[in-house]
Amino acid sequence: MKVRATQAILECLLEQDVDTVFGYPGGTILNLYDELYRYQDKIKHILTAHEQGAAHAADGYARSTGKVGVCFATSGPGATNLTTGIATAYMDSSPVVFITCNVSEELLGKDSFQEVDITGIAMPITKATYLVRDPQTIPDIMRQAFAVAATGRPGPVLIDFLKNVTALNQTIDYEFIHWSENRNTSSIRRLAVSHGLKAPEPDLGDVEKLVEMIGQAQRPLLICGGGVVRGRAHEEFRALAERLDAPVAITVMGGGGFPGGHPLTTGMIGMHGSQASNVACNECDLLIAVGCRFSDRVALQPDTFASQAKIVQIDIDRSEIDKNVLTDHHIIGSAKRVLALLNERVPQYSHPEWKERILSLKEERQEGTGDRLTPSQILTAIHKAAPSGAIVSTDVGQHQMWSIQHFHFDYPGQLLTSGGFGTMGFGLGAAIGAQVGNPDKVVIHATGDGCFRMNCHELATVQYYHLPIITVVFNNGTLGMVRQWQHLIYKEHYSQTTLDRGPDFVKLAQAYGLKGRRVTNRAEMEQALQEALSCGCGYVIDCQVDIDEMVRPMVPGGAHITDFLLK
Amino acid sequence: MKRTFDTEKKLYTLALLVQDIPGVLSQVARLFSRKGYNIESIVSGESSQPGMTRITIVIQGDELMVNQIAAQCRKLIPVQVVKILEEDTSIQREFAMIKVMAVDRNTRDEVIQMANIFRANIIDVSRETLTVAVFGDKSKTSAFIKLMGDFGILEMAKTGTLAIERGRSALCDDNKLREEYNYGKNVL
Repeated sequence: MKVRATQAILECLLEQDVDTVFGYPGGTILNLYDELYRYQDKIKHILTAHEQGAAHAADGYARSTGKVGVCFATSGPGATNLTTGIATAYMDSSPVVFITCNVSEELLGKDSFQEVDITGIAMPITKATYLVRDPQTIPDIMRQAFAVAATGRPGPVLIDFLKNVTALNQTIDYEFIHWSENRNTSSIRRLAVSHGLKAPEPDLGDVEKLVEMIGQAQRPLLICGGGVVRGRAHEEFRALAERLDAPVAITVMGGGGFPGGHPLTTGMIGMHGSQASNVACNECDLLIAVGCRFSDRVALQPDTFASQAKIVQIDIDRSEIDKNVLTDHHIIGSAKRVLALLNERVPQYSHPEWKERILSLKEERQEGTGDRLTPSQILTAIHKAAPSGAIVSTDVGQHQMWSIQHFHFDYPGQLLTSGGFGTMGFGLGAAIGAQVGNPDKVVIHATGDGCFRMNCHELATVQYYHLPIITVVFNNGTLGMVRQWQHLIYKEHYSQTTLDRGPDFVKLAQAYGLKGRRVTNRAEMEQALQEALSCGCGYVIDCQVDIDEMVRPMVPGGAHITDFLLK
Repeated sequence: MKRTFDTEKKLYTLALLVQDIPGVLSQVARLFSRKGYNIESIVSGESSQPGMTRITIVIQGDELMVNQIAAQCRKLIPVQVVKILEEDTSIQREFAMIKVMAVDRNTRDEVIQMANIFRANIIDVSRETLTVAVFGDKSKTSAFIKLMGDFGILEMAKTGTLAIERGRSALCDDNKLREEYNYGKNVL
């Protein structure tokens, strides 16, 4: 069947069951948006205020739904505005297909208006990039791009179409093939053949070896990493933890991979990890890390990390093995499959003394009883008021650590946070994507005054699409995390971190047609939350927090994991 | 058991088989520059498989670093195989064309004699110059280039090192490591 090239692009989205895209139009992508006009009944387009917001929204949509996110932008500045969002998705292995259009073939490489080599720029921050110069290749490239983004270790992919390729008089041969059947089409098949066609299966010998190591361990510890979340392997992980009767430490990216309220959990591990997690890591004799790449925020000092333990890494990406921490054994495979194989083979163990040693280190959080609103009070109030499955998206910094330490995340996709790239401004974009993808869930956007200011223009998107996102600003008038370092390590030189400036966030919310309220104590916070949960529109709660609040505990970067600078 | 790595810095030779698509060479090369390492030599050309390019890279570094870059390379979608070739189980060759000044008969004779000793070929002659092509391993080409230096080298074009394994082994042999990398790149 002959169809317009642009039609083929959108049909290829429909092949992938895509019904929502995020984006921002412009000169070179006009043709595609013209086609989108004809497809508006089938594909919903969310217009953000800025391309970065669109990128984060597509990312948040992907993380919260488990589907592939899609984001459109134009050439030049439109494309470069995506880059922070692309890098954020790449560092956290989030499957997003970014579609940009570039100038026409005859203008390419001539520094034309709004021209940039975006496939070159995006190369280090994507799994693959494609420059489409021939319209006939559209279906092939689109199908391959989605396959690459979604399978293996997921991640972002960028497709850059030249404007002439999308010309409305351009027609190509096209036949609709649903994604479940198109994995065998030419280019994917070629790629699969070059990668050894057969769907890979974890090595059973490697699995057996781990089963044996588990049998010999007295003090096992499990780490739940982002791979458990991306691979939706939470049930298998939980089953293994209970079989091993071992404490479970959770990384920032692993939030939601293991129930936060489970008796075996020791909470976060690493720089702001709990005493229980970090001590367990130091004292265990077998450390099994699932989908965890031992980033410098987890393995602060790689040489002494879990020095008494045999370290075992379970990961889908072989290049993560021995990258940051040298391991004794590894199993390559999807978390879901490897854990299922382990669960078939591992008998029930019991480690009462070891568990007692570690779990007794768990501390109840102090809420603070003073008049001044504390971060802990804010989070407790949210925890009590919001339904238990509420999605939490965060920005980066103190509020991020507080939120992750405090909330119990129970399922993959419940916590949306920029763990790897640490992108300020991620939270609101991600919350928009999550709310669009999960219209029936409550979405809480936890942010700081610094982070919120970076992307608060997306409140326009919140308002226009009637998204009832609750933004909770931990407003301490400073870049809190940086200030904390300046306080502890830089002799209280508060260089450029004090944010004694506007805007008034309540008025800002109102200016965007939303509701807002400033709160200074727990009672006001509780009232504001009730209002926010019932008002049915976006709501900004400006929480006045003391400037000197700190994230505890804290181990400085590069230090041994139990050398707490703050307890 | 944790793996141990040789910390001594030396030359390593990596052989890669990659899909022949735009940007693949820069994709590979950037992984070296990302860690601040300079590629000593890089050769890219056809392989025996259609649509696949063979790249040979020589890099100075320690074992851990070279292994990490190889791991990052293997992770790239268009990369099919990366192998770190051992010196004693592989053959390494390079090729150079050297244009030397040879204005008089004596000099010309001397250059030709030298070339004969090294089994190099005279591939061009002019009244003032001789162009010699030499082929061999690094020590041979380096020694020859040094000798030619005495005559005055006008210019030189030289390839980097090409390498192939001895015996039956081939790059695209199936092995567990390759299978492990394919897991992360699986598209099915």
